[in-house]
Amino acid sequence: MTSRNTRRNAVNNVMLALCGLCAFLTVSTLFFTLGYLVYNGGKSVSIDFFTKLPLSPGELGGGMANAILGSAEVVVLATLIGLPIGFFAGIHLAEFGGKTFSLIVRYTADLLNGVPSIVIGIVAWTIIVVPMHHFSALAGGIALSLMLIPITARSTEQFLLEVPRAMREGALALGANKWRAIATVIVPAARKGIMTGMILGIARISGETAPLLFTSFNNQYWSTGLSEPTATLPAMIYFRAISPYDDWHQQAWAAGLVLLALVLLANIAARMVISRGVSLPK
Amino acid sequence: MSTSRTAPSQPHTQMSPTSTESSSTAQATTPKMRASNVNFYYGSFKALHDVSLSFEANKVTALIGPSGCGKSTFLRNLNRINETLRDTRIEGEITLDGENILDKDVTEIRRRIGMVFQRPNPFPKSIFENIVYGPKINGMLKKTSAAEIVEKSLRRAALWDEVKDKLHESAYAISGGQQQRLCIARALAVDPEVLLLDEPCSALDPIATAKIEDLLVGLKQQCTIVIVTHNMQQAARVADTTGFFLLGKLIEHDKTDVIFKNPAKRETEDYITGRFG
Amino acid sequence: MATSTAAVSPAKFTKRRFGGDEVAYLFTLLFAVAILAITVLLVCELWIHSSPAREKFGFSFLSSSLWNPVTDQFGALPFIYGTVITSALALLIAVPLGVGAAIYLSELATSRVSSTLTFLVELLAAVPSVILGLLAIFALVPLMREYVEPAIQSAFGSLPIFAGHIYGVGYLTAGVILSVMTFPFIISVSREALMAVPREQREAALALGATKWESTANAVLPFAKLGILGSVFLALARALGETMAVTMVIGNSPTIHASLFAPGYTIAAEIANDFTEATGNTFLSALVELGLVLFALTMVINGLAQLLIVLTTKKGSARA
Repeated sequence: MTSRNTRRNAVNNVMLALCGLCAFLTVSTLFFTLGYLVYNGGKSVSIDFFTKLPLSPGELGGGMANAILGSAEVVVLATLIGLPIGFFAGIHLAEFGGKTFSLIVRYTADLLNGVPSIVIGIVAWTIIVVPMHHFSALAGGIALSLMLIPITARSTEQFLLEVPRAMREGALALGANKWRAIATVIVPAARKGIMTGMILGIARISGETAPLLFTSFNNQYWSTGLSEPTATLPAMIYFRAISPYDDWHQQAWAAGLVLLALVLLANIAARMVISRGVSLPK
Repeated sequence: MSTSRTAPSQPHTQMSPTSTESSSTAQATTPKMRASNVNFYYGSFKALHDVSLSFEANKVTALIGPSGCGKSTFLRNLNRINETLRDTRIEGEITLDGENILDKDVTEIRRRIGMVFQRPNPFPKSIFENIVYGPKINGMLKKTSAAEIVEKSLRRAALWDEVKDKLHESAYAISGGQQQRLCIARALAVDPEVLLLDEPCSALDPIATAKIEDLLVGLKQQCTIVIVTHNMQQAARVADTTGFFLLGKLIEHDKTDVIFKNPAKRETEDYITGRFG
Repeated sequence: MATSTAAVSPAKFTKRRFGGDEVAYLFTLLFAVAILAITVLLVCELWIHSSPAREKFGFSFLSSSLWNPVTDQFGALPFIYGTVITSALALLIAVPLGVGAAIYLSELATSRVSSTLTFLVELLAAVPSVILGLLAIFALVPLMREYVEPAIQSAFGSLPIFAGHIYGVGYLTAGVILSVMTFPFIISVSREALMAVPREQREAALALGATKWESTANAVLPFAKLGILGSVFLALARALGETMAVTMVIGNSPTIHASLFAPGYTIAAEIANDFTEATGNTFLSALVELGLVLFALTMVINGLAQLLIVLTTKKGSARA
């Protein structure tokens, strides 16, 4: 082997090893994050965490029950508003839309998807908090729904378009109306993908903090209704983490662990659904 | 059983020497379906040029021709499924029992004129649900029970014995040939008067193909059949009459025997003898 | 001639009727239009609520670096600077790492390893920003303060970007955590761009005696250039708008510093920190105007990213 070839082979091995190193480094950040959270948060997660209200710094014990409930409240509200809008918009884009109209709506949905979540928070603030003159869970829910709508619309559209033309024509050839074919054949055929998209979207908004900072804000106690500010897991994590108290930092770790576990589990479940079960023949 | 041959309506086809009727004598029956001067456009591309063709009741008509000749396009206009594509336009008339189907309610048309597609396309439901789908949406379950319709349709498609014990399993759990017969059963479940088949055996093995061909010959007693096929032997085996398409035009339409043994047009002869396509 | 069903009388044919299809069309149209309406509403609200600041400062909002809530003077330059610097740092770290990882996943790893790792990368993308922020405050900042930044300073301290007091928080730390958030975008989009390169390209190079690396660098990468560039823009758009993790480690100093070790501010961080405490109409509208600037910035970058990605997938893969 010539020295030139030896050098080329050496370069080859080094560069490829470097690429492997890059892959290793990037993936390891996930494990690093998980590890840190389990290590630091594991100690503080207990039944109390899920059932008690937060206490002042220095007082031991307490939990984040209000934040868990608050997160659930806000996410459920966002889902109730955002999922149907996104779902039906996605159906329109895939099945009914004219070429130019669909293009415009698709572009706009992608645009909305790309808006920084803090800007969404500002908009929700202007349309709900300002008229109401105070923070509320309602505003938080609406802020999150604004994020859920374009995600759901695009993913619903994408999975509907993947249903083969032959299946649509099969339904129509039997005398079905267009809407009937959509409702009884096409949507069911795409249902696994659509549901996956929805689960992933909900998981994503559950972890968002920025839109909640000036909509649902925070609350040390139980929030008593939609028009009250409420604690949420992400907001709690943030406020506790930036506080100067160690035991509040502990709480932040614990809450972080719970939130991350929920989000990751939802993601894993959703992706397993889509990879394993396919509603369509190969 | 000898049937009188309805005189074809296009000008160029010669009469077979065994014909006992001249074209000027009134036809014994109105053809079940008739296409008159049909032009069809995909966007600005004219895919069908002035096609006129009629289909006699209870007969099998095969449409043959090289790839891209328009035979499938023509077939798909007979149940108006082409309308679901963007940017298409049709001129001319297509009648069913003498009535123009182009301005009628399309879902009713499609119940009366059924279609089986090139690749089996069962729904992601059970075998039972697949067959019941058509009758359910067309309100036919009021008079007959679902179970009856399923059995009857599967028998007509010669599939009953093979699947009677797994009616509630997924339609994808059976073989390709069985799935295609399921699609035939599904189409038959709504009791169509005409059945259109678009190269139904092209994705199947020879044994499955033979089963379906046998099926078709039996089915014509109950409905009128139009089948597009790439396979000339298949047309010779199953069809009473055959139409040859080339470049969007109907070149010749006659009894299958005549087309294959004594075609009138040179293009037909060239295709039959394998000079192209 | 008798058929299986009775001959149909003409009366059974009904004319084309206004039916379920039209209703379904209109119903779903409503929701599709809702998306358009939301976007228009968004832009309007941002515009309207930023008008006091816009009228007062005009374009000097973007060029002034004086941010003083007490005297009601608001110039956005420190935040724009901070946003750009942290995003640039993030890309500087994430692009080589991400593209390298993408090359490994698309060219070197077996398909099982590749899909498992890609799955893990997608999980990383799902980690909420605030959690990475937690990690950043308690793990990254001490690391930077005790080890990394002093090491850099002892080697390169003569350069102004590495000079100055070390706090742990600041532009560099924010850039690092931001790069972790942008890895997944670069990796998954670049990987797809690389996988879209036809096999023949690689084979052509290898058949000429190229090593695997040479074939990748000379034949595959140039082909996937546009797609990779698209991924970079996507990552940039994400980095620009990222709020929580950055807010937690940027240091909250609304001034421009040359040193990367210094504390600074980004647009998103400023809004997050001050929005609920802003006193006075001008302050609040200045914050909304910041939001408008951020929106415009991300919109442009995202638009470019989408364009690049569409070009890549439509043509199959980019031409060199």
